[in-house]
Parts: sequence; C-alpha cells; structure tokens
Amino acid sequence: MAKKTTSVLPGFKLTLGYTLLYLSLIVLIPLACTVWKTSTLTWDQFWHTVTAPRVMASYRLSFGASFLAALTNLFFGLLVAWVLVRYQFWGKRFVDALVDLPFALPTAVAGIALTAVYAPHGWIGRWLAPLGIQVAFTRLGVFVALTFIGLPFIVRTVQPVLEDFDLEIEESAASLGANRWQTFWRVTLPMLRPALLTGFTLAFARALGEYGSVVFISGNMPMKTEITPLLIITKLEEFDYPGATAIAVTMLVASFVLLLTINFLQWWSHRHHRPV
Amino acid sequence: MTPASTLTAPRRAAPRRVTAEPPFVRWLLIGTALLFLGLFLFVPLAAVFAEAFAKGIGFYLHTFDDVDTVAAIKRTFIVAGIAVPLNCVFGVAAAWAIAKFDFRGKTVLITLIDLPFTVSPVVAGMVYVLLFGAQGLLGPWLLAHDIKIIFAVPGIVLATMFVTFPFVARELIPLMQAQGRIEEEAARVLGASGWQTFRRVTLPNIKWGLLYGVILCNARAMGEFGAVSVVSEHIRGQTNTIPLHVEILYNDYNFAGAFAVASLLTLLLVVTLALKTWVEHKNAALRGTGS
Repeated sequence: MAKKTTSVLPGFKLTLGYTLLYLSLIVLIPLACTVWKTSTLTWDQFWHTVTAPRVMASYRLSFGASFLAALTNLFFGLLVAWVLVRYQFWGKRFVDALVDLPFALPTAVAGIALTAVYAPHGWIGRWLAPLGIQVAFTRLGVFVALTFIGLPFIVRTVQPVLEDFDLEIEESAASLGANRWQTFWRVTLPMLRPALLTGFTLAFARALGEYGSVVFISGNMPMKTEITPLLIITKLEEFDYPGATAIAVTMLVASFVLLLTINFLQWWSHRHHRPV
Repeated sequence: MTPASTLTAPRRAAPRRVTAEPPFVRWLLIGTALLFLGLFLFVPLAAVFAEAFAKGIGFYLHTFDDVDTVAAIKRTFIVAGIAVPLNCVFGVAAAWAIAKFDFRGKTVLITLIDLPFTVSPVVAGMVYVLLFGAQGLLGPWLLAHDIKIIFAVPGIVLATMFVTFPFVARELIPLMQAQGRIEEEAARVLGASGWQTFRRVTLPNIKWGLLYGVILCNARAMGEFGAVSVVSEHIRGQTNTIPLHVEILYNDYNFAGAFAVASLLTLLLVVTLALKTWVEHKNAALRGTGS
C-alpha cells in the first residue's frame, strides 16, 4: 500500500469534506473564539486576571485535588482491574458493569447523590462525623467527587492489558525463584506501566475540567472550595467575558503542557524499559 | 514460547499455583476492591432512589405532574434527538474517510476529533457564549435579526453537540481501520454502487460498534450539565433540560423532588449500561465466530 492516488472506493471527497466542515463549525471555530476574546486584553490585564489570589487558590484546589484523585484511582483502579480479571467471585459481572457508572451517570446526579451520602447526616457522613471528618462542603468533598468520576478511566485502560497478559511470563519468574510479590512488583507491574500512565492522564484531564459532580459537594466558598471551572462560570455570569476566557485559556494551556509531559514520560519509559 | 510450557498439563486441567495468590490475600484484595466500589459507586447510586422515595410514592409521582418537569423532559429528548443523529452521521463520515483512504494529516485529524474530550464542559459552553452571546462575535448581528441562540434551545443543542462530538467517531475509527477495505473493494469490483457497498457490506460490519457509540453519545447528551448550564438561562420551564431542572429543585431545597427527577436519569443510566453490556456481549460473540 504505497501511494494511494486512486481508489475503487467512492466518497472520499464527500466524507472528508463533510468531516472537516462539521469539525470546523462545531469545534474549531468556536474554540478559536477564545483566542480572539483573550486578545482584547492587554498583557498586563491578562496577567492580572489569571494570577489574582482567588484564581490562584482555585488552581491549587483544581490541580491538587485532580492529581490526588487520579493517584488514588491509580491504586484502586489497578486493584479493581486485577480483581476483575484474575479472580472469580459471586456478582462479578454486576461489579464489572458498575465500574462504568461514573461514565454514564449524569454529573449533576452524581453530585447530589455524593452530597447526600457524605453530608454530616448522610449514610456515610454520619459515621465520619464523630471522627471529626467532614467530607461534604470541604476540599475533601472535591477529592471524593473527582475520585468518583476518574475511576473507570484507570480500570478500563488496565483491564484489557491484564486480560491479554501472558501468564507464562509470571510462571517463568516464579520458576526462576521469585516470590509472588517480587513477580508482581518486578515483572507484572512494569508491563502495566504504559496503561497505568494512560489511565492516569485521562482521569487527571477529566478531573481538571469537571464541574457538575463537584459544585454540589464542594460548597463553593471563594479561596477555599472553589474550583477553576466554577470561577469561569462566575465570571461569565458577571458578563466578564475576557476574564472568563483568560482563565479558560490558562487552564487549557496548563492541561496541554501536563498532557504533553505525561506523553513524553510514556514515550521515554517505552524507550528505556521496553519489555523483552 | 519456552519448551517448559509443553511440560505442563493441558491448560485448564491443573490449577496454576505459582500464578495464584494465597486465599487470604485473594479475599483481602477482593474485599478491599468491593469496599471501595461500594463506598464510591454503589452507595451513592442507592442513595438516589432512597432520597427520591423519602417522601413516599405519592410525592414521587406528583413531581412528574409538574409542568416544568414535563417541559424539561421534553426538551432533553428534543436536544438529544437533534445532537445524537448529527454526531452519528459525522462519526460515520469521519470513520469512512479516515479508515478507507490514505491522506496526509490523518493523525492530526484524529487528534482534533478527540479534542472535545480534553476541553472542560464549562469551556465548551463558554465558546458558544463568546460566539453568539450579546457581547459575542456574532451577537450584534443575531440581535439585529432577532435570532436567539444563547439562553435558548439552539445554544443547548450546540453545546451538547460539542461535548458528545467524538463518541461515535471514536468508536468507529479503530473498528473500521481494523476491518480494512478489502471487503468494500471486492463489492465494488463485483459491480456494487458506492451506496450499495456501504449499506450491504460496511454497515452490517459496523452496526454493533455504531450502536455502542450511539448509546454512549445519547447517555452523555441527555445527562450533560456543565456545558448546558453555561448556555441556558436557569429559568424554570424555559430553557431547562432534565439535569438543569434537578439543580433548580435542589437549590430550592426540594430534595425529594430533585432526587425523583434524578432517578429518571439514573434509570437512563441503568438502561444504558444494560444495553452496553448486551452490545459488548453480541460483539464478542460476533468476533468469536469470525475468527
């Protein structure tokens, strides 16, 4: 299949043309508006907007909670994928289907449900309250909501890799004298690393932009429990369009840089730790 | 791989002791995983229904008598009814162009199609406000011609289209790339027209993948909150979809009402997951017989 100048299949121009047109109208041109709107600000105004104390506090919360939530999911997501692939237990198919819940459950529903459960009088909150732990309307609540929505990303990227995993590799490790933990830590886990990194990236990126499930449980106190997407909405409601756009652009750039870094790490880890 | 594998008994016969953990470790891992899933996923799901029926079945049913609730449900169906088919047509067209032909910049195009997944829903809504809002690029022109997009149904449809944009395409592109183009080329050589080739050869091959994409796209379209929240006015009965109506009821401290409406969306989720599992099952069966 060298150069495909002629094809017996029809519709190339039509489908590609339609794809490009639709993509431009729905996604590219509207996104380009952010650049246009930001350019109405001077550099000083832009810098002043995106580094205001309230905005900085929201970055810290959004990036920090998203990172911790993705990290938590890295551990529990691997555990859930492992249990689903390697073990048999009653109700496994139901549990497997349940993992997709955060994908499909509307975020607003997730938000009010988590708030109800983790509020001081809620089903879980009432057990945590005597211990002095308050989840709803604190930063911990933001973390809980972001963990909720990020879980399927890790499970669903690791699960297929584990399913295709050749058990003979673990057998060789065992026959060479490695114990179960050494086999997992030195043999299995390194082979899962690319999938784990991909899942982590997806969960982190999703958590950064998440709005619906967080606003109900966070309490939305400026400087304390206000996430960046909410701040964008607040600016829009005040008709401060350039301000909202400036924050949005900063956030887009920051998440692109992060994604590129993680992609680079992935590429690097692939190059230097290629399994034989 | 190694001659050692020939020494072991047939695959299923002997238990693999060296690759299994001791029972207590196994049950500890299963227990921890289930506890985590229970606390984070199952309990909130159960809470939706418990809260919805907290004031009894009469109150639950009464919520759906409300004109605003009915209007929100209707609007959600209209929005999904427009956004999902349009994204479906786009998905098929994009997958056809990308999977069946070679051209420069294909990787860039695939990345651009995935772009809406990495953009926050709030930003997705915002870009349409920048474009069509009163202070927006086209705002003055729209105002002069008395066309309302933002704070009206067209804006909600556009924002929904943005956030559900990649679902169908993303499902079909890898599927159609894996299937190659030999079958279509054979159909063409045997004299089928382009449309016949698509309808009789391609469509049967991709139908389960297409259905899978449509199910996910629809679930997101009906449940989208952030993007829609930005482009709607939050006036009850006016431009509300079901998720926005849930928010309004909740902020009115009508918790039982909010959860009753939320339970409707949760039902949609249960149907989605059931359909999804069924399609996956069908797909696996199809692949099983195919190979």
